[in-house]
Order: sequence, then C-alpha cells, then structure tokens
Amino acid sequence: MDIQYTEKQKAFREEIRSWLAENVPKEPLKTYDTEEGFQQHREWEAKMNEGRWGMVTWPTELGGRDADLIEWLIFEEEYFRAKAPNRVNQNGIFLLGPTLMEFGTDEQKADILPKMADGTEVWAQGWSEPNAGSDMAAIRSKAELSECGEYYIINGQKTWSTRAVWADQCFGMFRTDPDSQRHKGLTFILVPLDLEGITVRPIPQLDGLPGFAEIFFDNVKVPINRRLGGEGEGWKVAMATAGFERGLMLRSPARFQETARRLVKLYEENQAGADRDPSIRDAVIKAYMAAESYCLTTYETACRLIKGGKIGAESSTNKIFWSELDQSMHETAMAILSARAELEPFAPEAKGVGTWLDGFLFAQSGPIYAGTNEIQRNIIAERLLGMPR
Amino acid sequence: MDFTYTEDQLLFQDSVREFLVNEVTCEKIRELWDTDTGRSDELWGQLAELGLTGMTVPEDFGGLGMNEVDFVLLAQECGYVALPNNLTETVLVAVPLLASLSNDTFKSEWLPKIAEGSAKVAVGLEQNLLVEDAHVADVLIMQKGSALYAVDPAKATIEFNASVDLSRRLYSVVFNEAEADLLVEGSEADSLIAKSVNRGALASAAQAIGLTKRMIDISVQYTSERNQFGKPIGSFQAVKHRMANVAVQLEYAKAPVAFAAYAIANDLSTVDKNVSHAKSVACEASLTGAKNSIQVHGAMGYTFEVDLHIFMKKAWALNNTWGDQAFHKARVAEAIFADSDKIGAGCTFL
Repeated sequence: MDIQYTEKQKAFREEIRSWLAENVPKEPLKTYDTEEGFQQHREWEAKMNEGRWGMVTWPTELGGRDADLIEWLIFEEEYFRAKAPNRVNQNGIFLLGPTLMEFGTDEQKADILPKMADGTEVWAQGWSEPNAGSDMAAIRSKAELSECGEYYIINGQKTWSTRAVWADQCFGMFRTDPDSQRHKGLTFILVPLDLEGITVRPIPQLDGLPGFAEIFFDNVKVPINRRLGGEGEGWKVAMATAGFERGLMLRSPARFQETARRLVKLYEENQAGADRDPSIRDAVIKAYMAAESYCLTTYETACRLIKGGKIGAESSTNKIFWSELDQSMHETAMAILSARAELEPFAPEAKGVGTWLDGFLFAQSGPIYAGTNEIQRNIIAERLLGMPR
Repeated sequence: MDFTYTEDQLLFQDSVREFLVNEVTCEKIRELWDTDTGRSDELWGQLAELGLTGMTVPEDFGGLGMNEVDFVLLAQECGYVALPNNLTETVLVAVPLLASLSNDTFKSEWLPKIAEGSAKVAVGLEQNLLVEDAHVADVLIMQKGSALYAVDPAKATIEFNASVDLSRRLYSVVFNEAEADLLVEGSEADSLIAKSVNRGALASAAQAIGLTKRMIDISVQYTSERNQFGKPIGSFQAVKHRMANVAVQLEYAKAPVAFAAYAIANDLSTVDKNVSHAKSVACEASLTGAKNSIQVHGAMGYTFEVDLHIFMKKAWALNNTWGDQAFHKARVAEAIFADSDKIGAGCTFL
C-alpha cells in the first residue's frame, strides 16, 4: 500500500488542468436537451478531440492517451473541478467505444470510431422497449435477415432512448431469431437514425425537455456490416457494455465529490436557516463522507484491477451507492434552499439557487435508469450473497 | 498509487481467519461467559504463538515490527468471530503507545513479554468511560489529564461494570498518582493520547467490518434454510433487499478503514478526518447489519439461543467506544467546514 500519486500521474493532472483552464467555455453551454445546446456540446467534443482529451483511455492511434484507470480518475477529477460541459456523446465514447474495440471488425472500427471521437456522430442507446424495462431480456423488436443476406429488416419500437432526439446513430439489441426466448436469439445492431422507416418521437423529461425519445422502426433496412458481434450473441455484447469499467466511466466519484463540496458550501452560506433543522447538518456531513467512501473504494478497486485482480461486488453495489447518494445530496440542498428551492434559476427571487433544482430533478432518474436499484438489490442478494432465487 | 494489500498481508489474513473460525466458535464464547474472568489464557497463548500479540512490537523488543496496515485486516477477522479479549486494542493502541515512550527501561520490561504472550496490558484513556480487560492486565496505562501513568493493578481499585455484550469486561479504575509511575506528561502526552484515540477508533472500525460480514453470513444462512409459504424466506425480495442494503454499506466502508490505517501508519496530516470517517461509516454499517439481521431472523433473532446476538451486541457497543458518532462526525465537520476549497474532487489524497 503506497497511496500517493506518481510523478507521471501528477504531471498528467497538471496537463489536463491547464488545458481545461484555457479551453473550458467561460459561459456555460446551453443544455444538450435543446437543439442549440446539442450543437454546442458536439463542438465541445470536437475541441476535446483536437486536444486528445476526448477519451483518454482509448489507444493512442485512435486519438486517446492509453490512460489507465487511475489516470482516468484524475482526468475526471479535473474535469468536474473545472465545471467542464457534460459529455453529449458518453453513450458512444464510454459505452459503445470500448465494446466496439472488443467485438468490432477492423472495418467497423475504422469507420465508426473516428467519427465518434470528434463528435461527428453522436450515439443514442436503444435498450428499453415498452414491454422490456427492468426485464431487458423481454425485447421484442425484430431484425429479420433479408433474402439476399445483405441487410436486416428491423421492425418494432425502442423507448427511453437517451439523446436520440438529435443523435446520429443508435445501438441496441434486436431479436433476430423469432422463435427464441429471453436472452437467446438477440443481436447487437448499430442503426443510423437517418434511415428510411425510422421515426423518432421526443419524450419530454421531468424538466420538460426532450432528453430521451421513442424510436419506431418500420421495415428499416440496416446493412449486415452494422451487426456488432455474431448473430444471436447480442446479450453477451450488451453485458460487456454494461460491465463495471463502463460503470466507472459513466459515473466516476469526481462528479459526486464535487456535488458534496458544493453542498458543504451551500450549507455554510445558509447556515443560520439550515441549522433550524439539525438533521440538515448531519446530512451534509454524511454526504461528504459517502462521496469520499465512493472515491476511496473506486481507487482501491482500480488499483486492484490494474494489478490484474478481478471485479468483485463493485459492479452491482456501485450503481445503488452513487444514485442514492446523489438523490440524498440534492434532497438536502432543497431543504437548505427552503422556499427558494422550487424556483427556476431565472426567477427574480431565485438568488443563490444555482443549478440545484435541475440536479434534483435529474437525481430522481439515477435509481431508475441502467437497471433499477430494486433489480440491482436482487443481483447483490442472489449473486454476491448467494440468497435463494 | 497503490491502494492494495500485499500478497503476504492477504495470506496472513487467510491463515488468521482459519485459526479464529476454528478456535473461537460461538460455543467457546458462551463457555467463557460463565467463567470468572471471561478470558482464556490458552487462547491468548495461541494468539501470541501466531505472532499476533507482538505484531506491532518493534523487532528490537522481540516483536514483528509491523504497522497498522499490516494488522487492520486481522482486526477485521477478530471482529468476524467476536474475539472475546482485547487483542485488537493491545496491538493497535497499547503497544504503539508503549513503543513511543522514551523510557527504555519500561519498554524493555513490558514489550518483550507482551510479544511472547506472558504479560497483558490495558489502556485507560479519558476518551472512554471504562477500561476493557483491566482485571487480567499485568500493568495499566492510565490517563489523568495531560499525563500518562503506569499503574500496578494491585494498587488500583477496579470495579466491574456489566455490559450487554457479555464478552466485554469493562472496569472503572481508580488509582492514586503517588503510587503510580509517571510515564509522560504535557504536550508529549497529549500527542500520544491523541494518536491512541485514533488507533482505538481504527480498532473498533476494523472489528465493525468483520462483525457486519458475520451478521450477513449468519442471516443469509438462516434465511436460506427457514421455509415459510412453501419456500425459503430468503427468496422474498423484502428480505433480500434488507441484506443487500447491508452489503452495500459494508462494501463502501472497507476502503475508508484501509485508508485510515494507512493514514495512521504514515502520519498523514488528514489522519483525524480519515479515522473519524472510517469509524463513523464502519460502525454505521454494523448498526444497519444488526437491525436488518435481527429483522430477517424473526422471533428467533430476539432469542438468547440464536448466536446472532453475540455479534449484534458487540456492534452496538463498539459504535460508542473510542468516540461515538457525535465525536467522529464533529471531527469530520471540523475538517470540511474549515475550508471547502480543500475538499472535493482531487483532494482525497492531498
């Protein structure tokens, strides 16, 4: 045990810190759930890619830096500390990218990854269907191989497809064997969203903005070279996408440590009011400790993985931990803000509300998306603790 | 950046766990409850033979010269079996305190004997209400304000205080300074006392980790075997989710405890905050472990016969030993409210 950064890691931190200091937009971008904001975020991704900061864990030849997990954590710490924009293409860069590198053909990698890296192609995900939510193996959207064998004909519907309103591409699972059940007979297919027969219908989220959408497929012809992995191997490919390291990519500790830090500040600025309810101070202290626990645990896991260790319980416990931490931190912020908590930031009386309301609304989705926390608890009980099914 | 235990540390943990699970059974613990001292000299001798009592004794004094990081996994295993003696405090509190003294005669008198298992020491600091295992100690290290004394137990008045945890033997100790040996006083003593409080909190936190793991194991086994409505009750989601909640809290308490051990061993400037963070979350996990475990046991959990209470009671007691939640949260608060620019992303290891 030698818990300190190496000179190389310190230099890496300095490098990203100074790049961010020069390049992070002074004015916050508009939300990517608006057309204008989406375009701004796409441009930001291009800028990140120019600086070779778009995806530091990717190989050098693909514009990355071959960064290991510790460097990734450092990158994220600096990124969130610098209040840099949210990543519009995280479905692509963090989730699909690594899966493509593992399962994709050389042709697919050459065709797709560069455009993903510079934001030319932003990706949406297509997991859920109206009748396949927590029960993802209930997917019914069909992909039928054409007689000539050159393309799949897709029919069906995906829903809760994040970023799909303005995205260029979508990845997801489709049933290629109509007689198959559950996890079998599913195939992972990459679908350009401008194909004929596709209809994207925006769904306004809690904040009223179309952060996700329904996608309808009506005899959509997708060339067979857009299949990722073998036919019928979709579940295996999808599980790789959902694996722990991807989870770590998606929600690294830095995000929650920064929220905890802002919460400490918010409490200090409003202490007289907040202390009327002693549980608020306790919640602030607990939030700080939980965010630190998440950080320490993640570093410990990352170090173990780098040394060739295996993933333990973390893959199922981390989703529950960060999503419920995020929710409780925002609840505490709402309590501190009191009567101002409900006000939109542009309201005349909304002094000092910051972005807490937005964060509070978004935090409600954490325990639901990427497998509800109830499903995660079943997984922990059955697979980690060995309780009966 | 290497936040992992070494192969050797993990192997040592395995062998100590095997020994403890075989030797310190629940039957053995119950037998000891009915003895006068509640302690087993035979067991203490075995622990010494394994090198445990001398782990932190410097090599010059016949020990292994290891540190808090080396011992913290073993302290967790002591918690796992609810070890009925003060081994973790001996190794983490008493020995480092003795070893820090400049009085070589005193050190030479006691440290080698502690390492070989022929002498026991108990530490009484004002942080705690009572002194654990004072009745079997050959020497007591007692605090009075900014001074530490070596007290001959024969010259002190020792009174037993019964604890809900029948394995905990707690004593009030009254002694006369005139009849005791002053070991150290003033700022040097204050600093030793402060460090000892951190080490004691680490000992409790590490045991809480082991206790939580044990309560999960007992509950998983029970709910897998107990049938109602024609199936094991552990197959019901309401029962599963209670245990999953404990597992999540436990999972995120382990790294803070490891980091607290590292912070003490390396004298980090953030050590108070790191230790208090670990103590708070590890004990919190053990409290949730106790609450959810008794619930999934149903009425059986409320009996004296089922072994669960051995572990629950120790968890309840340790939560308020070496600093309660109020003490530790206040220390965390002091650190984070001082300067909120020095917390947050990127500041954990600085």
